[in-house]
Formats: sequence, structure tokens, C-alpha cells
Amino acid sequence: MTAYILRRMLYAIPILIGVNLITFALFFVVNSPDDMARMHLGEKRVTEEAILGWKREHGYDRPLLYNEEARGLASLTDTIFFEKSVKLFAFQFGPSDDGRDIGYDISQRMWPSLAIAIPVLLVGLAFNISYALFIVFFRATYVDIGSVVLLVAMMSISGLFYIIGGQFILSKLFHLAPISGYDQGLNAWKFLTLPVIVGVIGGIGSGTRWYRTLFLEEIAKDYVRTARAKGLSERLVLFRHVLGNALIPILTGVVVVLPLLFMGSLITESFFGIPGLGSYTIDAISNQDFAIVRSMVFLGAVLYILGLILTDISYTLVDPRVRLQ
Amino acid sequence: MRLSNEIRIWVLGLSALLLAGCGESTWNDPYPASDAGSNIYYSSFDERPKHLDPARSYSSNEYAFLAQIYEPPLQYHFLLKPYRLVPLSAAEVPTPRYFDAMGNLLPDDAPASEIDRSDYLIRIRPGIRFQPHPAFAQTSDGRYRYHDLSAADLSGINRLADFSEVGARELTAEDFVYQIKRLAAPWLHSPIAGVMRQHIRGFAELADGLAQTARQGELERIETLRQASLAGVEVLDRYQFKISIEGKYPQFHYWLAMPFFAPMAWEADVFQAQPGMAERNILLDWYPVGTGPYMLSENNPNLRMVLERNPNFHGESYPSEGMPEDRTSGILADAGKPLPFIDRAVYSLEKEDIPRWTKFLQGFYDSSGISSDAFDQAIQMDAEGEPILTETMRERGIALLTSVEPSIFYLGFNMLDPVVGGDSQRSRLLRRAISIAVDYEEFISIFMNGRGLVAQSPIPPGIFGHREGEAGINPFVYEWRDGRPERRDLKEARVLMEQAGYPGGVDRDTGRSLAINYEAVATGPDDRARLAWIRKQFAKLGIDLVIRSTDYNRFQEKIRNGTGQVFMWGWNADYPDPENFLFLLYGPNGKVEHQGENASNYANAEFDRLFEAMKFMDDGPERQAMLDRMIEIARTDAPWIWGFHPKAFSLHHRWLHNAHPNQMANNSLKYRRLDPESRQEARRDWNQPVLWPLWAIAALVAALVLPVVWMVRRRERSTAL
Repeated sequence: MTAYILRRMLYAIPILIGVNLITFALFFVVNSPDDMARMHLGEKRVTEEAILGWKREHGYDRPLLYNEEARGLASLTDTIFFEKSVKLFAFQFGPSDDGRDIGYDISQRMWPSLAIAIPVLLVGLAFNISYALFIVFFRATYVDIGSVVLLVAMMSISGLFYIIGGQFILSKLFHLAPISGYDQGLNAWKFLTLPVIVGVIGGIGSGTRWYRTLFLEEIAKDYVRTARAKGLSERLVLFRHVLGNALIPILTGVVVVLPLLFMGSLITESFFGIPGLGSYTIDAISNQDFAIVRSMVFLGAVLYILGLILTDISYTLVDPRVRLQ
Repeated sequence: MRLSNEIRIWVLGLSALLLAGCGESTWNDPYPASDAGSNIYYSSFDERPKHLDPARSYSSNEYAFLAQIYEPPLQYHFLLKPYRLVPLSAAEVPTPRYFDAMGNLLPDDAPASEIDRSDYLIRIRPGIRFQPHPAFAQTSDGRYRYHDLSAADLSGINRLADFSEVGARELTAEDFVYQIKRLAAPWLHSPIAGVMRQHIRGFAELADGLAQTARQGELERIETLRQASLAGVEVLDRYQFKISIEGKYPQFHYWLAMPFFAPMAWEADVFQAQPGMAERNILLDWYPVGTGPYMLSENNPNLRMVLERNPNFHGESYPSEGMPEDRTSGILADAGKPLPFIDRAVYSLEKEDIPRWTKFLQGFYDSSGISSDAFDQAIQMDAEGEPILTETMRERGIALLTSVEPSIFYLGFNMLDPVVGGDSQRSRLLRRAISIAVDYEEFISIFMNGRGLVAQSPIPPGIFGHREGEAGINPFVYEWRDGRPERRDLKEARVLMEQAGYPGGVDRDTGRSLAINYEAVATGPDDRARLAWIRKQFAKLGIDLVIRSTDYNRFQEKIRNGTGQVFMWGWNADYPDPENFLFLLYGPNGKVEHQGENASNYANAEFDRLFEAMKFMDDGPERQAMLDRMIEIARTDAPWIWGFHPKAFSLHHRWLHNAHPNQMANNSLKYRRLDPESRQEARRDWNQPVLWPLWAIAALVAALVLPVVWMVRRRERSTAL
């Protein structure tokens, strides 16, 4: 397995270089270093000297990808692309274009994002799986039909509606929770209750329907019939056998998103005033802060690859037939 | 039996939890219970400030914090209009002394052409001290405690508050001079470096000299800056310094009221430039060090910013002088009392309107703006069309304050364009016709909920040169009827179009419909509605307006290169002087040729000549006459459709006192006073938790679960056949 993981990690290097190159190209197609300087220097009284000075100070006065004036390897290394990209591979994100340390900001902002994402994932997972098993227990009855109608309705409603509706009902109408805000440590719980409830409810429609499909597929298999023939109760059949065998697709969906949880959710964090990472990249794109954009895209790519590797590893844990070579 | 016991325990627990909510506390209070009843001001911000270094900051959202912390030599009087400068850290408002090229002192009324330099002698008030800060902490032998920190010293330090010792020292003239030198430092990219180059003697030479230090380390270049001399700025003694300005520049007074000229302690600069500080975001750009009434105790711009009362504040009194109406409004009730009144100010980041507005209505913010969505809930128009509060707002004791902002949003014509620009009578008539057709009253009504005032000239109300009433209207667009301005009939615009050679919007020379390009930055659905509206305005004259929507970078590029035809642009005053608006039409300030702020590239020889004379004049009848003539020229040429001056609407709860709309004074927090007990009472009344839904949900869950349990059991017991 170690060899497999090492190989996967080596495969990741060209992928990350490619992601970095595409991010670089896309960013600079839209924003030139001069545009970035203007954005950072403000809109009033910006002079050409100030723009040149800003670019020099932030290392954007070099050619983008190829330095014709340099010789040998320097023609590739003395460029914005190389200078801004190479340190990423050592996870040195450096300062953002407005001077704040990106690594520090990420380390501060990932916790509030996790504080919402983990409870939403766990509670949502538990609820959705239980509800899906319940529906499967009553498959082909009015409970099943009614639930599917309800789930389709729930997944058809925009996530924003749940947020605004939740804020209106629980905070504005009934005064049961703060409408937005955040606090450190254990004091965060009262701010997390509302977004977690909204997050779980918002995910019920699609989540439960997905798990119901998985369980229905499993329940038609021979081993289920055998278990029933041996006299096991339907509850045991569902929870012990069907759930266990449906874990592979569940894990595929869950483990791959685990590392990305700390990247946060833009809309949820924005509406609930959670100081997470959700808006970090979007704000950076609006502010033309390439340092943050490249760091976050790189980090996102690394985490996604990590998620896929973890998924593969988890297969070996739930299915003895799977061997990583 | 066991099950029923468990249920009983759960019910008891839930009941206890719910009953806890029936007490004094509110469940939706976003602040710690320990802060209830404290003298804390609560507000919000929607965009994190980019810079808090006074040499770099140039945005109103940054000034909201910075102006409470830093104290430049001058400030605007809180109540008096027109805006008046009064001393802040200076002992008095300096009077410039003029000298000719030979160094001879000239009289105050000497012509500007004879003045070679103006000296501003600034005397600061003794006894002012900086806020407590680790940068000033010293050891017993007089060395700075935290000026030579190693990596080991910084382990365990993540915030400024993690430094155990703080110190302070008295403000001296040296600190002002150091800050002026910082404006020239190329690594700080001060936005006003370009302006000051033209005015402060020796500034350009210093800036060019410092450019050579690009390869130095941070601490090294700070030392270079400290040692560098700036020819036009001189420390005379501990409490006095002198600034020499090239020629005459009366507007320089106003710059002295902006944070750019606030004093900076070199110790703070050195402290925060040490290796390891940037990695912890302990930067001067994020942790201001000032002498003002407040200091920034928490800077988490992604969550909240907290200002605390500065224990070293030198003291200041609430103004005793105001406008005649202030005598009765109660705004002078605190006259002579020591400032500031509020102990702490907590600003929370609220990116969305809904939570911000809800929190204001729940009493968790003391004041609020009004978003478009909430406008109808808060404001209604009275019989005269004046905005008043709705019944709901009045019942809560909320007060509405309105004021016209010293800003202008206009529709500019690119004067370099062969069709809409130029000095020909044809293009002039075309611009005047369009000026009549574009109905800004409608724009303000539809898109701004009436929060704007149609502009008759570039100068907003409250700024010298602005004229009210009939004398102030733009006669090319308005007529004075029944005591108010009325937009000229569209027929007149059509006649102008015909005279210009575009009858019915068709070019007489080519026989083709006139098409004009409108440069726009459009991102959302609101923009689409605006663009549809603007197309409709041009269509009234048969003009086909081609919307060229693009991103902000490309839009700016078009304006810089002069490739656009018509565009919308705006300007917010730096200072309340007509020069700060009319320079937007000054030829040598043209965007394309001179990279200035004259985005329409307008140039008129007479206007430029009058501008050069007007900018040196003191306010008075002669200056007013000159301004009248300049405005008349600009109205005749119509390089802009004058657009509108936005109106600021703000709401304040009954427990917040001394909220007064002063659009130039950013340091108004120190004047505000709270009644925390009244606020606490209102919060309790308005936010009692409504618990029956929880009981209803519990009952519903029970009603669903019990049959389900029964059904599951029944199903399990049933036989297959």
C-alpha cells in the first residue's frame, strides 16, 4: 500500500503543476499586473510611477512566463510564474498582495469553517442514512412514495431559501438563535446551531435520495435474500448487511469531501457571518489578489488529490476484496 | 418502565432548557452576556478595510476606524456648516506665511504669481501621548523591550495582545515629520505621494532618493527614512514644525485634516518591521498606533474590529458652538463635557443586508444604513415628497438622519471622441439634447429610492460655490417654474438634435441612425435594469445606445485610452473646496494625455485659466463670481450630464445620542453617547424567545415517531404471506 500511495503522490506533482499553470493563465488573461496594481493602490490619484513601484515591490515587474532578456535557465526562473509558484510546493504561501500572511489567515479561518462543516456532515450523514433505511424498510408503500415526493421537493428548493427561511423563522420570528455572528471556543455553539440546522435540512433531499437508491440496489441482491431466509429481522438485515455493503459508494462520496470541508461554504458563511474560508478565494478574485488565488487553488487541488487517495485507502478498510498495489 | 423513565428525564431536561429561556436573557443576543448593559457601541461593516496605515489608507470604510485612532493636526468642526477646520493635535489652525523668490515675507493678500513658497508653522499641543503599545515598552536601562526580537522571543506570540509589556511616550513634532517622510517612501505606495511631490518642497528629491533603497531590508530602510532629510519639512523644536509648500496652495489646510498627516511614532514602524511580525500579521497596516480617543484592540476583519477607549487620550470637550437649529435639537446638550463618551465600539462584519437589518431591528446594532430591500419597511414619503419614518420605526423610537454627500455621480462624454466630444457646435448641441433626455429624477426614484439630489453643476450642496434656487439651476436642462426646477420638455431636446444634424436621431450626413457606445461595468441583474433604463433615455431621441459591458479592468483601460464614448463615473470629495470638484474638468488634468482625474478629457482655455486663478483664492464674492463663470462655461459645453449627488440616510436607535451627519468629519465616534440601560430594556422587550414552536416540534416528532415505531414492530411481526 505504501508503494501505491507514493506512486499516487508522484502522479500528483504534474497535476499540481498543470493546475497552477491553468490558474496562472486564467488569472492573467483577465488581470494584467498593471490592473492588479491599480486595484491595490486605490482608484484615486494613482500615478504611473506608483504602479511601477507597486509591481517592483511585489515582484510583478518580471515577464509572465518567459524572460527573453535572461539567459539559460533564468529565462524560465526569472518570471512571475516561477517566482510565485515554486514556493507553493513547499506550502510556503507567503504574503498576500495586500501584505497579510496567507498561511496565517488560512490557519485562523479554517476552524470556523470546520466548526460548521463537520457537524453538518456528521449529523446530515446520520440523519440521511437513517431516513433512507427507514424509507427502504417501507419500500413500495405510501411511506416510500410520500417520502420520495418530499425529498424531491426539498432538493428542488434553493439552498439560499433554507438559509433565509431559517434566519427568518428561528431568529427573526421566534428569537431562538442569533441571526449571524461567531465567537471563539465553546461560545461558538449558539452561533453554530442555526447554520448547522439549516445545513442539515438543506442536504436532506439530495442526501437521503442518494442513499435510498444505494440501499435499494443492495436490497435486491442474493445475500440479503439469504439473510432473510436465515430468519434475521428486517432491521438487522438493513443495518448490518445492507448498510455495510453500501458503504463503498457512501465512502466515495464522503471521504473525498473530508479534506475540502475546511475550505468552507461561501453563501452559508456570508449569511451567518462565520469568519471561515468560504469567501477567501472569491474576495481575492474580486480584489485581484493573485497570491491568495493561486494559494487557495493549489491547496484545493492538493486536498482533492488527498481526498481521492484517502477514498482508495478507505475501500480497503470496508471491503476485504480490495487491495491497493 | 425503563423507557418511560428515560422519556421522563428527557422531558424534564427539555422543560428546564425551555424554562431557562423564560428569564431575563435573550437567546438571540450575539454578544457575551457579560457585556449586557455596558457602554459599548455596536455597529457593522460590510467590507474589510484594506489598509490601516495612515500613509496608505484612502477609503471611507478605512477612515471609519482610522479617524478614531490617529489624530492629524486639524479636524472638521462637528456641527458647523459650511465645513470649518479646527485644531485637533495642533494648538491652532496654522496661517500660511508667503515668501517671494528672494525669501522676502509677503503680505497675506499677495498675488499668487508672486508667491514662491508658503510656510505652514504648526504648533502641536504639549502633553499628548501615544496609546499604550509594546513598541514603546522599555527595560529598566532604557532600551526598547521589543525592538530586537529573535525567533525564540516570538514563539507563543500570535497577536499584539500577547506582548506582556506596553509603554507610551509623548507626541513630538518629530512624529509628524516622520510621517510626512513616510508619504514619500516608495515601498509604502502612498496614494497622495504624486500630489505631495508637486507641493511639498524637497518631497520629490526625497522620494527619488528613497527609491534607491529598494534592495534594503525593512528595518534598514526605516532607518534610512529616519535619517533622511526633507528640505521642505523642518522640526523647529519639540512641539513645532514647519512645512514649506511650493507657491500658494490654500487647499493644503484640508490635507492637514486627513490621516495622511497624522503623526507616526518611528518606534511603531521599527517594532512591526521586525522579522517574524509579518508572518503573524502584526503589521503597522493592521495595528494602528495613534494618539486618538480610541485604539484598535481587536483586528479580525473577517469577523469584527474592536475599538477601546485609549487610556492615554489627552482629552477634548464636546463642542459648545453649533448652528442655530442645534440649540433646539438637543445636539448641544453635552456641550463642554469630556470626550469620548463610549468605552468600546464593536464593529461586526456583515456581508449580507438581511442579517444586518434584522440585528438593527432587534436592537443589536445601534445605528444602520438602509438597504434597498428594507427601504419601504423603514421610510415613506410625506405629502411634500419628503422622506419620513414608517409607523413601525417611529414606534421603536428610531430616528432618521439624512444629508447630501459631498460626491457626484455623472454621465461623462469623452471629449476626444469625434461624435460626442469636441468643441464643435454640433457636438455641443448633441450633448445638451442628451442632457435633457436623460431623466435623472426618474433614475433617482427608480434605482435609489429617492436618495439623491439631481446635480445642477459639479459642486454639491454644502461646498462653497454651490448655488441654491433659481440661480443654481442649469438653464440648458431646467426651467424655473412654480418655485422649483423643471426639466425642459423633450421637444426642446429634439429641436436641439435637429440643429445638431441628427433629426429623429438620424445623421443627416450619412442617413443612418446615430449609434453611441456606452461603456459599462455590469455584473448583476440590477445592472441590467439600469442599462435598460439608460438605453431607453437615449432612445427618446432616436439614438441607438450600444451597451459595451465589460469588466472593471477593461472599463478603466478604455477610459484611460480614451476609446469610450459615454460612461458613468463618480467622485467623492477629499476636502470641501470647489477646487476638488472643478479639477475634474481642468484640461491639464485630462485622463488620456496627463493620466489625471478629468475622465471626460474636457479642455476649455477660459475654464482652465479661471481654474488656475480660482484655486488660489479665498472664499468670497470674487471667488463666487469666478466659480459662477466656470460653471456657466461647463454647462454650455456640457462635457457631463451632471447626474446626482447621493443622499445618505441613516437610522439610529433612541438610546444613541449625538448622531449627527457630518460628511467630512470621520472622527465622530468620540461625540456619540449611549444609554445602555435603555438599550438593554429594549433588547429584552423585543427579543423574548418564542418557545411554543419548540413544544410544537417536540409534539410533532412524538406524533410521527410513535406510529412509526408501532408500524415497524407490526411489520417485523407480520408473516411474509
